[in-house]
Amino acid sequence: MMKKLFGKKGREDSLAKRLLIHLVLIMACVIAVYPFLRVITISLRPGAQLLSTSLALIPANATLENYRTLIFDKDFTIWLWNSLVVSITTVIVAVLLSASAAYAFSRWTFPGKKQGLLFLLTTQMLPPGMLLLPIYVMVVRMQLFNTYTGMILAHSVGAVPFSIWLLKGYYDTIPKELEEAALVDGAGAIEAFLKVIIPLSTPALGVCGLFSFMSSWSEFMMARVMLQKSNLFTWPLGFQKLLDQFTSQWGVFSAASVLVAVPAMLLFMYSSKWLVSGLTLGGVKE
Amino acid sequence: MIPLTWDMVVQGLVEAGRILGLLAVGVVVLELFAYFVFHRWLKLKHSLPLMLMLPALVAVAALIIYPFGFNLKLAFSNMSMYRFKNFSVGLSYGIENFLDVFRAPVLQNVTFLKLLLRTVVWTAVNVVFHVLGGLFLAILLNRPLKGKAIYRTLLTIPWAIPQVIAALAWKNEFHYQYGFVNAMLKQLGFAPVQWLSDPRWAFVAVIIVNIWLGIPFMMVILLGGLQSISPEYYDAAQIDGASGWQQFRSITMPLLKPVLIPATVLGVVWTFNNFNVIYLITRGGPMEGTDILVTSLYKAVFEFYRYGFGAAYSTVILIILLLFTWVHLRITRGMGEAEGA
Repeated sequence: MMKKLFGKKGREDSLAKRLLIHLVLIMACVIAVYPFLRVITISLRPGAQLLSTSLALIPANATLENYRTLIFDKDFTIWLWNSLVVSITTVIVAVLLSASAAYAFSRWTFPGKKQGLLFLLTTQMLPPGMLLLPIYVMVVRMQLFNTYTGMILAHSVGAVPFSIWLLKGYYDTIPKELEEAALVDGAGAIEAFLKVIIPLSTPALGVCGLFSFMSSWSEFMMARVMLQKSNLFTWPLGFQKLLDQFTSQWGVFSAASVLVAVPAMLLFMYSSKWLVSGLTLGGVKE
Repeated sequence: MIPLTWDMVVQGLVEAGRILGLLAVGVVVLELFAYFVFHRWLKLKHSLPLMLMLPALVAVAALIIYPFGFNLKLAFSNMSMYRFKNFSVGLSYGIENFLDVFRAPVLQNVTFLKLLLRTVVWTAVNVVFHVLGGLFLAILLNRPLKGKAIYRTLLTIPWAIPQVIAALAWKNEFHYQYGFVNAMLKQLGFAPVQWLSDPRWAFVAVIIVNIWLGIPFMMVILLGGLQSISPEYYDAAQIDGASGWQQFRSITMPLLKPVLIPATVLGVVWTFNNFNVIYLITRGGPMEGTDILVTSLYKAVFEFYRYGFGAAYSTVILIILLLFTWVHLRITRGMGEAEGA
């Protein structure tokens, strides 16, 4: 058995072994996917069958009724718009601030550099809620409670250090010779950064933006504290509100989940390989 | 009619535009100031990288360092719902706040020590299952196999779904009567379980959900690690007649360590800090039976309005998290050295 699991690589396994592996993987896939399939199923259930103990994947009399209710009778579109405003602005703030800072961390040595990087990493460890209280008090005092601005400030707390760390990793992979060539041609350091590094790292900046976007887009705890007015709710708050009345809104909640989760999942699948390499890049190089 | 009105769209755009405009002005002013002070006047050697970093530095100072200090100040204050504006600061308040963490239930029922223990169990169980499950799947996926890409994609789905949606959907599925978990148990001939009303089962439920959520991350990271191990090692071991287990122990594990250790550190920190899963599924209930440190912190501050206490409590939690990570690093490194020797 052990040999089956851990044995050689690059050679064909016997037929029985391959069948066993496929079987195990198929089972794992079912466990991974089934809960989401259930969400789709429930989103298609007509109102009368919402509360049923049926395990059928395609419900009898499947209907899009829940989607109609969600879009026209609920604040769904408002929630999406609010989330969009907050997360896109957060991304712009984070990328603008971190693009040049990460460059400094990647290309220069200066006193406090190592400590600075370590500090940025440590901020990602802070218990959630730790900075929320002081930031909440600050936001209330600045009369930014129940505004997009307060939310964007709160989301930038995590997004800026994360973006700096990620982008530094990418800049490190761009050979220094490229800017040196530009410097030899008489360009200044700033010019070299803007004309050589920025164009080369557009994909990296895009990916960095994408991750900041995704974490701000699905953020729940801060939104819950910063936004009390229901017409400012971002979608995670709206979804939680939908579920307050479980029995009547389960189908509508599921429809909402499908509409938000499918694009998010596609975006994630598309970008996850960069996240993995970004996480390791930052760590390996000093 | 779609509820989103034109007015709301405009309001959003105006507010976003205002923030970005303010940011742009702020950056320009800051850079001009830095240019004349650091570069022209003080002629600092590092003026260029300093200028590149300055906007981010100011943002980090305003959004992280200042709030962190402010939090410490609040820990030494008597701030509460009734004293939100006119609170006072003093050493005695601070001592009270920190003592309160240990001497009375943090919320209403459960004491700090119990919460700490539960957090340790929560973190340990989750991370162990994440690593074992992720490693197992990664090893399978690392073999020559048809349809590998499809398996990989499907297996990443729990990681790809926004956590809020996954947690809320699971919450429904643990419903006693209509959730699929009990429906399946019934079909298999078991008695249905009171998932959300019995504190013990509720804790099992949130752990199940978090294991489900966390395995794909480990799988992807560890698969990356496995793929970077050259097959020649295995060929050589094969010739020497090493068994599968021996190969795993003396080739795979040591070579996987550089990936495994940072991944488990991340896993420990993320799990320790996981607020969404528990709060969205059980709200820490029933009877605070599923609260861990971070959910009780949130509730102490934003549901019980104990601001001064909460600030002290969050400091204690941070210290514990740092100790926890440090011990974890020591143990994993120590294990590696023992194996290498």
